[in-house]
Amino acid sequence: MKEKNDYEHSKRYGMVIDLDKCTGCGSCMIGCYTENNVPFKADETNKLDSINWIQVYKLTNGKPYPETEISYLPMPCMQCDGEGKLGHSPCVSVCPAVATDYDYSTGIVSQIYTRCFGCRYCMAACPYHARKFNWWDPVWPADMEKYLSPDVSPRMRGVVEKCSFCFHRYQLARNKAYYENRQTEELGEDEYQTACAEACPTGAITFGDLNNKSHAVYQLKNSPNAFRLLERLETNPKVYYLSSKKWVRRQGDNYLANEEPGLIKKIDKQHH
Amino acid sequence: MSSTDHHHTHSAKAAPDPDHHESGASGSQPAKSSGWGVFLFFMIGFVGSLISGWILFPELLYSKKSQPIDFNHSVHLDLVDDGCNSCHFFEEDGSFTGMPDLSKCVDCHESAQTDDPEEIKFVDEYVTPGIEVPWLNHSKQPDCVFFSHSAHVMGAGMSCESCHGDIGTSEHTRVYEENRLTGYSRDIWGHSISRLGKPEPGDPLPMKMNDCAKCHEEETGHKGACFQCHK
Repeated sequence: MKEKNDYEHSKRYGMVIDLDKCTGCGSCMIGCYTENNVPFKADETNKLDSINWIQVYKLTNGKPYPETEISYLPMPCMQCDGEGKLGHSPCVSVCPAVATDYDYSTGIVSQIYTRCFGCRYCMAACPYHARKFNWWDPVWPADMEKYLSPDVSPRMRGVVEKCSFCFHRYQLARNKAYYENRQTEELGEDEYQTACAEACPTGAITFGDLNNKSHAVYQLKNSPNAFRLLERLETNPKVYYLSSKKWVRRQGDNYLANEEPGLIKKIDKQHH
Repeated sequence: MSSTDHHHTHSAKAAPDPDHHESGASGSQPAKSSGWGVFLFFMIGFVGSLISGWILFPELLYSKKSQPIDFNHSVHLDLVDDGCNSCHFFEEDGSFTGMPDLSKCVDCHESAQTDDPEEIKFVDEYVTPGIEVPWLNHSKQPDCVFFSHSAHVMGAGMSCESCHGDIGTSEHTRVYEENRLTGYSRDIWGHSISRLGKPEPGDPLPMKMNDCAKCHEEETGHKGACFQCHK
């Protein structure tokens, strides 16, 4: 379990979501549901009971017509690096069962359903509502069980689940690399993509290794329009958002009236 | 009224009891011999529970099944060119096919090639009607487990025998012992109920999570993150 932490040289898979391109269509959610065997209910309007690994939120600038503006914000698990970027993610540090851990080789936060006993500390600790609790055993419509993906184990009642950045796809990509006698450390960008990134019709979601200069996310995350959610908490999310609209960037954190979005990034740079 | 009456009679009855006990204990001779009796009683119970726990319970825990066809690995291994890979091979995407399906067998066994009763049974019951053989898998893992054969065979250069034992040279299938509680093969826990000591050479290795973690720690220096083996 105690791996040597090589923050700069290991892989850190992350996502950059361009909110200017997001139309709020929800394809990412559907892609995720089918890819990860996420259970759904006949009535999904009860949000306390519904489960999703990526959820599209609607943001509005709150102004009356004709100044009203809308933006959509898809939210998967942020795969936080934690304070000081040492894998001290909020959920990992509170789990009493070691049912969730931080993988130093990919930066992905796991969730092991068979290990989880459902105390939901992680849900309380997560500032992003990324984690969902199974109040019921999943019930699939007739014959749909046959369509479940064998690469993702279905969850049972009483455990927490969350987005895994489609880790099974990473495993399968590594499988292939091993078979072809390639270095598994040098997977191509297109070999490992999440289901939501592939499902997005406008290409708003870009996925890749944030530490790899040849991956698109490496440049995108440095855009002046880039921001992360609740950066002030220093959870160090690996999901970045891009928006040309300042009011959208303002909603990424709780800014005071006299504060400007992007301020935290500047403070961060002064510190380091 | 009646309940208080009852209490009175009860306490009155209980009061003389201690006296009765004291008079009993004053005769010290029978107390000593009952000490040995208690010890013997304890030992009989102790040994009895050891026997039931270590011998009877494992017998009851596992049901014994035999494979649908008594497959002869040894004969096949002599005839094929590429060892285990000839039937248990990798797909091009790096996934492992595991037990071959009927289409692989039909390549040679469209009709019986010998007068071996098992082969005739195989052709009559499975090949001719086109039914897949319901082989019992000694290494079946729960569906929360991700295991990559290519990482172990291609990446780490391990041989099939190093985990599965010398099944490849066996002439008969082994008895499949199924755990009545979990439904998994006894091979997963390992043959030794105490899990002490090493398996006999040629026996398959136990395949519980601790066994994976132990080997990973020895070979790679750490157990790895959870998602390395879970899905």
